[in-house]
Amino acid sequence: MLRRAFSRWSGDPALVLAVMLLTGFGIAMIYSAGVLNIPSPVTEGAWLRQTRWFLIALVAFTTVRQVRSRWFEWISVPAYALSLVLLTVTLVVGTGSGTAAGVRSFLDLGFIRFQPAELAKLATILALARYLGTRREDPTTLRALVTPSLIVGIPLGLVILQPDLGTALAFVGILFAALFWAGTPIGFLILLASPGVALILAFEPKIWAVFFVLVVGSLYFYRYRLFLVESLAVILANLAAGTIALPLWNSLADYQQNRILVFLDPSVDPRGAGYHLIQSMVAIGSGGLSGKGFTEGTQKRLDFLPEQHTDFIFSVIGEELGFLGTGLALSLFAFIIYRLVRLAEGAADPFAGLVVFGIFGAWLVHIFVNVGMTVGMVPVTGIPLPFVSYGGTFLLMSWVALALATRVASDD
Amino acid sequence: MRAQHPHRKRVRAHGALAIAALVLGALGFQFFRVQVLRSSDYKLRSESNRFRPLAVPAPRGTVFDRYGKVIADNVPGYAVYVLRDSRDDTREALEGLRPHLGLSDARIATLMGRVRRHEPLLVDIDAEFAAVSVLEERREIFPGVYIEMRPKRRYFGDNAVAHTIGYVSEITAEELESDRFAEYEQGILVGKVGIERQYEELLQGQQGIRYLEVDATGRIVGPLAGIEEDPGLPGEDLELTLDLELMEWIHKIFPDSLPGAVVVLDPEDGGVLALYSAPTFDPNDFVGGIDTEAWDALNTDPQKPLLNRTVMGLYPPASTWKLAAAGIGLDLGVVGPHEEMPIPCTGGLVYGGEYRACWLATGHGSLDLAGAIAQSCNVYFYQLGIRIGLDRMLEAGTRLGFAEQCGIDLPQESRGIFPEERAFWERRFGYRPLEGEVLSLAIGQGPNSQTPLKIAQFYMALARDGTAPAPHLLANPDPREGWRLNISRESIEQLREGIRGVTGPSGTAYTSSLEHWDLIGKSGSGQNPQDPDRTHAWFAGMAGPWGDEPEIVVVVLVEFGGGGSATAAPIAAKTADFYLRRKYGMPVDTVQTLGEHWNLGRPAPWARR
Repeated sequence: MLRRAFSRWSGDPALVLAVMLLTGFGIAMIYSAGVLNIPSPVTEGAWLRQTRWFLIALVAFTTVRQVRSRWFEWISVPAYALSLVLLTVTLVVGTGSGTAAGVRSFLDLGFIRFQPAELAKLATILALARYLGTRREDPTTLRALVTPSLIVGIPLGLVILQPDLGTALAFVGILFAALFWAGTPIGFLILLASPGVALILAFEPKIWAVFFVLVVGSLYFYRYRLFLVESLAVILANLAAGTIALPLWNSLADYQQNRILVFLDPSVDPRGAGYHLIQSMVAIGSGGLSGKGFTEGTQKRLDFLPEQHTDFIFSVIGEELGFLGTGLALSLFAFIIYRLVRLAEGAADPFAGLVVFGIFGAWLVHIFVNVGMTVGMVPVTGIPLPFVSYGGTFLLMSWVALALATRVASDD
Repeated sequence: MRAQHPHRKRVRAHGALAIAALVLGALGFQFFRVQVLRSSDYKLRSESNRFRPLAVPAPRGTVFDRYGKVIADNVPGYAVYVLRDSRDDTREALEGLRPHLGLSDARIATLMGRVRRHEPLLVDIDAEFAAVSVLEERREIFPGVYIEMRPKRRYFGDNAVAHTIGYVSEITAEELESDRFAEYEQGILVGKVGIERQYEELLQGQQGIRYLEVDATGRIVGPLAGIEEDPGLPGEDLELTLDLELMEWIHKIFPDSLPGAVVVLDPEDGGVLALYSAPTFDPNDFVGGIDTEAWDALNTDPQKPLLNRTVMGLYPPASTWKLAAAGIGLDLGVVGPHEEMPIPCTGGLVYGGEYRACWLATGHGSLDLAGAIAQSCNVYFYQLGIRIGLDRMLEAGTRLGFAEQCGIDLPQESRGIFPEERAFWERRFGYRPLEGEVLSLAIGQGPNSQTPLKIAQFYMALARDGTAPAPHLLANPDPREGWRLNISRESIEQLREGIRGVTGPSGTAYTSSLEHWDLIGKSGSGQNPQDPDRTHAWFAGMAGPWGDEPEIVVVVLVEFGGGGSATAAPIAAKTADFYLRRKYGMPVDTVQTLGEHWNLGRPAPWARR
């Protein structure tokens, strides 16, 4: 009886249960992150605020689950337009938060502060799904990728201007996941990604040259499916990326440059930019197999961990619960990702599948970038971990996304 | 859309799962690597992150005198440390401490030069208790300030032992670079001079380590429990041959305004009973860093209070050296213990066409060896010198170590100045010496300067059987061979008989004779190059119960003291009397010498006639 009710309420009981577990786990770790030898007002009581947001998120989840799939299709365009407006407004009157005080990512509405980028992610997923879902043809030409790229590219650009590299990466995840689900050939996705890859490789001209030859080679491979203009566009984009890489690098803020340099070699500046990464790895590594015990992490207690209740919450997990804890958390995420794919696969409607895949893309990027940065696999990027990191808007929007995914996938 | 075909969807779903598995698998693998494979590395780093090692000095060994009286020990002191994250914070903390610890600009600059990340900075080795109380009471105003109990050196003996015991102070940058202190760390206290320096490694012990727990901003959370601390090894205690009360006594009786030195040896084994150098200083001033003014005062004082005259001061030995000439003559067999010289003293002697005067213009007449010593007759010793000959005199003087150090266990000792060969004159004065130089040497003049310790060592040979072990301060040292004078028992008796005359009724030091002890010795007036009218006063002698062997050797030198008999001999007499009375359990009276009895009108029926 209860099980039936839960099943109906959640849409996908296993998935929602996993997410609830993860959220609870996150609150516990946020509580632990507040247990410091010298208490800080920032982290103290954060777990209570997060719990409050969890309750709000459950209400939002229940509410969104009542909305029919069609309605989402209808509101996708206005929601997209609204989020573009909000992102633009944020660039002008936005405020920062915490350590990212210099970043314009929050809108302060007086009674509430929230990140429009979180709304924009959902709106973009919907708009992209709507666009791709109504195409009669698979996007099997490069030209067909232009509009989807623009749909994602505009909010992405606005987010980069904030600048919020982490969230921007989530948009990239959305685009590629949705295009992938829409049937875009893998080779095309690679070609689409090639200018971005070229941008990074341009710092090593020889490698860039090899890569460029490979791109030209794949263009030749797809010669029957590509227009000359498209091939030229890809080549030009790659060349352009290779050319602007250095000026672009120089235009980056110091802290952004540092984060990338430190990622390449954390010992570059152990007390400066490398500090976060080194302390995080020390925390995780010293946790060992079973950890130092809940709330007992010394790195955390003595405040060696940066942003321990938000971006570096996973380091706290690693230090206090060890490999067993990080393994459990990663397994929960793996299960959630698996369920999302199954939802998309089972969706009757192309729109539904695309929405679920957009969410899949965004979350996978969030998980990989956030968790990866704590162990030095990814440059340190300010990006939260879904359901676990402290942050009201983000937790709420993640639960709304979950509601969206379970709802659209079950509608005919 | 073809992509919506179930088969195509399954392929895509599998592809997506494969990508997700790759991503999450890579993360999982990385966590496995960091948390399981390399965990021990990170555990170590996590520990070192939290803990700041704090060197804990071990208490220095206590130094005792021969009777177990404490010369140097330790009392609890307070060291103040600062541990801040950045240089700016450290500077701020130092500025905050400035009024409480009396830090000068120069001191702050020095300290800033020593700032090393993650290492507590030692600001004050020995803070005043009052300052420490203030800091402890208002801890929150002084973030990163840590106070640690730390043993602090304390010296006894009322400044009398300052030169001998030496003192400790903070190790210098130069010392840190030397091989001897290769294992020492900044901020450690090391012996600078004296016994503290000589036996530094024994006294120091081994520094321990304590850990402080700190947070990421370097704030000290507290001393850390649970992790093993290394308390270090306390330094070894030392027992010296010194007699602390004797040194205090010497300090009391030594004339206040005159620089000088007193060396007291135990003829039994060469143990040093007292080494006193005047003027002296308070070694306690150096503990915890001497302030600049006091240091400058000590260094610019024309009387050089920091100079240890007993082992560093070089003085012409004058007549005290006549005993050496006599000893050498006896050793070589060129004179018998009772022999008279062919030419009686008529107030002088002509040698090599040059007239050499005796100090007594009317002449001493005919004297035997003992008489010549008692009268200090130059003419007798001129003839003795001629018999010895310059080459043999140089060879024997060198063999008896007059061109050497005694080898006492102190870090600094001057070599005696004595010509080892004829070339000495050429090197030093640019001329070839004539045979006649031996006449000057025989009466203790010429190129001959000795430390009071060296003279004491020679007189110790006379107080023994002609052998002279190296004087030493450490009780029970490894026996060290000194030198030996090959003369008969009879010869030694005659030499002693000679100097017994000095304190006898017709001797110059008669007023220094003592009731209970047979004080014998030679006085001397060393020429003072700075002021020919004010000679350095010497008295070198020994004392013991009447009719028995000497039990104490005393050498007194008073700079600008004039005649040795008048100035130096009473000090030697009072020193010997104090030591021997205590040794034989007799009460010590401040009225000791015959002269003192006479001055106070006290009867002295014991006086020799």
